[in-house]
Amino acid sequence: MPYLFNTPEQQQEMLQAIGVDSVEALFATIPSELRLNRQLNIPPALTEMELQTHVSNLAEKNVGPSSRVCMLGGGAYDHFIPAAVDEIARRGEFYTAYTPYQAEASQGSLQTFFEFQSLICRLTGMDVSNASLYEGGTCVSEAAFMAMRVTKRHNRIVLLGSMHPEYRQVVESYLNHLNCEVIVVPSVNGCVDPADVDKAMNDQTACLVIQHPNFFGTLEEAEQLTEIAHKYGALSVVSYDPISLGLLNRPGDYGADIAIAEGQSLGTPLQFGGPYLGLFSCSKKFVRRMPGRLIGQTVDRNGKSCFVLNLQAREQHIRRDKATSNICSNQGLIAIRATVYLSLLGKQGIREVAELSCRKAHYAAEQLSQIEGISLLFNDRPFFKEFVLSCSEGPDYLLRKARQAGFDLGPELSRFEFQTDSETYQTGVLVAITEQRTREEIDRLVMALKA
Amino acid sequence: MDQGNLKFTKTHEWVGVEGEIATMGITDFAVNQLTDLVYIELPEVGSNCEAGKVFGEVESVKAVSDLYSPVSGEITEANTALVDDQSPLSDDPFGTGWITKVKMSNPAELDLFMNADDYRKFCESEAH
Amino acid sequence: MRNQLATELLFALSQPGRRGALFPDSDVPEKPLNELIPQSALAAKPTDLPEVTEPDVIRHFVNLSTLNMCVDTHFYPLGSCTMKYNPKRHERLAGLPGIVDLHPYQNPSDLQGMLELLYGMQEMLAEISGLPAVSLQPAAGAQGEFTALLTAKAYFESRGEKRTKVLFPNSAHGTNPASAALAGFDCVQLESSEEGLIDLDDLKSHLDDQTAVFMVTNPNTLGLFEKDIKQIAQMVHDAGGLVYIDGANMNAILGYTRPGDFGGDMMHFNVHKTFTGPHGAGGPGAGPIAVRDFLADFLPGPVIKRTETDSTENQFVLEDPPKSIGRIRTFYGNIGILVRGYCYLRTLGAEGLKAVSENAVLNANYLKVILKDVLPVPNGDLCMHEFVASASKIKSENGITAMDIAKRLLDFGFHAPTVYFPLVVTEAIMVEPTETESKETLDAFAETIRKILKEDPEFLREAPHSTDISRPDEVIAARNPILQCCEPQ
Repeated sequence: MPYLFNTPEQQQEMLQAIGVDSVEALFATIPSELRLNRQLNIPPALTEMELQTHVSNLAEKNVGPSSRVCMLGGGAYDHFIPAAVDEIARRGEFYTAYTPYQAEASQGSLQTFFEFQSLICRLTGMDVSNASLYEGGTCVSEAAFMAMRVTKRHNRIVLLGSMHPEYRQVVESYLNHLNCEVIVVPSVNGCVDPADVDKAMNDQTACLVIQHPNFFGTLEEAEQLTEIAHKYGALSVVSYDPISLGLLNRPGDYGADIAIAEGQSLGTPLQFGGPYLGLFSCSKKFVRRMPGRLIGQTVDRNGKSCFVLNLQAREQHIRRDKATSNICSNQGLIAIRATVYLSLLGKQGIREVAELSCRKAHYAAEQLSQIEGISLLFNDRPFFKEFVLSCSEGPDYLLRKARQAGFDLGPELSRFEFQTDSETYQTGVLVAITEQRTREEIDRLVMALKA
Repeated sequence: MDQGNLKFTKTHEWVGVEGEIATMGITDFAVNQLTDLVYIELPEVGSNCEAGKVFGEVESVKAVSDLYSPVSGEITEANTALVDDQSPLSDDPFGTGWITKVKMSNPAELDLFMNADDYRKFCESEAH
Repeated sequence: MRNQLATELLFALSQPGRRGALFPDSDVPEKPLNELIPQSALAAKPTDLPEVTEPDVIRHFVNLSTLNMCVDTHFYPLGSCTMKYNPKRHERLAGLPGIVDLHPYQNPSDLQGMLELLYGMQEMLAEISGLPAVSLQPAAGAQGEFTALLTAKAYFESRGEKRTKVLFPNSAHGTNPASAALAGFDCVQLESSEEGLIDLDDLKSHLDDQTAVFMVTNPNTLGLFEKDIKQIAQMVHDAGGLVYIDGANMNAILGYTRPGDFGGDMMHFNVHKTFTGPHGAGGPGAGPIAVRDFLADFLPGPVIKRTETDSTENQFVLEDPPKSIGRIRTFYGNIGILVRGYCYLRTLGAEGLKAVSENAVLNANYLKVILKDVLPVPNGDLCMHEFVASASKIKSENGITAMDIAKRLLDFGFHAPTVYFPLVVTEAIMVEPTETESKETLDAFAETIRKILKEDPEFLREAPHSTDISRPDEVIAARNPILQCCEPQ
């Protein structure tokens, strides 16, 4: 049996020491009528060789970016991952360790997470970051709950309709069953009119959630919207694209109270949607209302600088039903990946990745929209690295034609529901361009679609 | 303050009354239970508090405890010195460790509370 | 020895102009940036990340990593956490092209292998739990609890019932009440019996037509099987409520008994515990849930279905259950962790899984027996996969606390057990050896504890003595939190 140690002789010795005559007898506290008196009906055991063949066969049935050019977006992106990220994340010292509760045995994880928090603060311009939440969608609901605690307004939040529809669905699942109204301000032409937001806000609103750049890749008036939130005493929650902050204003610079993001772009492979990384940072004055783990710097009994889990009294293992969140396991190893990624990129690298993605996306948009029958759905809106195409032959035709030529575009907007009157949304297809895409690839796609 | 003149709640707050103003704090028993205090959140001056409802919280490394207002009324003062230094809560809980002053709207609420002797007995029973 | 220079804070290593990653020049026609993005949206100055080289980064984090204890290097008997060996084949297979590089919005016909794998995982989890409908979505156990509670809520609402209470014993993990509160339920905590089990009378006195769910960990956090679980489930069902099984301790009962067989209506698995996820210094985990058939329609979407079609192109599909509570996260789940769990289950098969539990339980009972004269276990005769000893006798005799023992163990190259949990045992020391440890390791661990208990209590109070740091001051940390290095404090 793999991974087991005790020989039959040792098992006998151990049973003798315990004072029972069989392993079976150790299970005596499970009443016999509750026993499963048959073998579990699961597939037979495989050796490592057989397992590798089996999983490889399954993997080969999938068509991945290695055989297709990935221009898919919608919250998960094909950014480049330097080898050093994998190298560090594959160290057993990190990935086979537990949550760093025992500080003396975990300074490696603790300092790394402290650096993660520090890097996220510099990236966003916010005061404090936690050590991660699950992913981008649950970050929005955690931010909403936190805003309710801070503002003591428990019955109403406002979201922009240009937010990732799956984020919106998550918030609705988390909040709809409570006595909390989730107001969605519809987008017009791929972004939201601040005047509409102003109308939707009131002095009972806990927060305004802004995604910038939004789900369509379009830039929102994040600063103006933040001012509107503050006018009503609500918190401004900004969901950002971490790569975009190599170019765009930081949420902390324009007054966001809580900044959240899907952090997958920071060195984590696509792996079919998870595990990803929830980034959560906020203004220092709200730190005790924050969800998730926090690592703090302190000194040990000899006065040596070191790191510990801090402000744990907010968390579920101490505060139980009054905790700031139910989160326990977080995304530690993915946060380590992001830490290494941001360290490698540094000040210049993050700007270059942002700029390359932005420039190439604009080139692609320009070229693709010149093809007959294809246009930019939200023509006049500024965007970062992602844009929406509309095809006169319909989205399926566009996707199929691209696939045949070896390109994956999408997702198509018709997968989702948007609270908008515009039927044109149903025709849209998202296209995301990262620094990994080349002019040659973009030109090849244009040629194929023209044909 | 002289403990003999104070009233005590089962949630370990104390109240002292001068005219229509009630001064509130937490007892030495509560502070000992919490061990090293690291943070206190105070209500805003001018806000209202309601008897039996949460008006603030104290935090130690191992716990966060809500502070329940013994009386209803308007907060007239909050001991902001505690925000930077919580030591008066443990060193002088009935003096410089006071937490808020409230202009009471219903002084009859005070009748529900224990006097110092009864409170000591209550604590002894809780400790076991 | 720690490399002091390399493990300074990353920001202290930064030198202007150093680079850790280079990118090609742009190959598209250059345009001024403010023609692409309005000037007002562009940052006035560059993001101030540190500037270090790749060798800096490697030396820094490799050195830091060596300050950790982990399963690869040490016995890690952390109770309630199931710190078992993490097989290396999982890392290789989860990293295969065609697994690691799939985008969640690819066309399902290009994902048939992945969907087949995940469907297989659903089927295996259904069989192991005895509960037929599975959602792979929850990111961790706590989210599994929350998801199941929402599922239950939707079920009750569909029947026109509005039940408000969730019950759980005082030995429950903190996530149980936290998840219940998040799902909008009132929390009712029950007392444990003298034996450390659920107190049936106390349960009975709290069951009524407002009871929505009773949450119970079985085996419980004391490492004891709730022998009355069938009766307990019956009582909850008679009151019209549902039984939730916190699957944190599934490692004890694989192939022996199933939550669905002992009365559970819903449960979560901790794939990172039982199916060796790994723990990743805190996560990611995966917390799939399994529920009874009458709850299947309410599960979050999407789930993976096998269709009747002959076409291999669309045999497996993603589908929203008809009365779904909606989405509880983006995309489909912590797939990378689920793939590792799948590999584990396929490696072990039915016999292997049963052997896992047998050896986990054998190891725990053996360790408990050889330690019981110095570390008595207040509750239960035989334990399951873990036991909770108490240091209160030693503490009263010579002042040695559970914390002292835990800290001193580090000096001898053993990770500490969980201490001070569950709260129902004073000076609790919660030991879970797991099945992937040898008798020799357990003997050495027990001998070390004996050695420690003979040491000078004063000396123990300052343990550990050989680690890089010792006894960090948590009060200073919490009074004036320093949570990042960039802000002037």
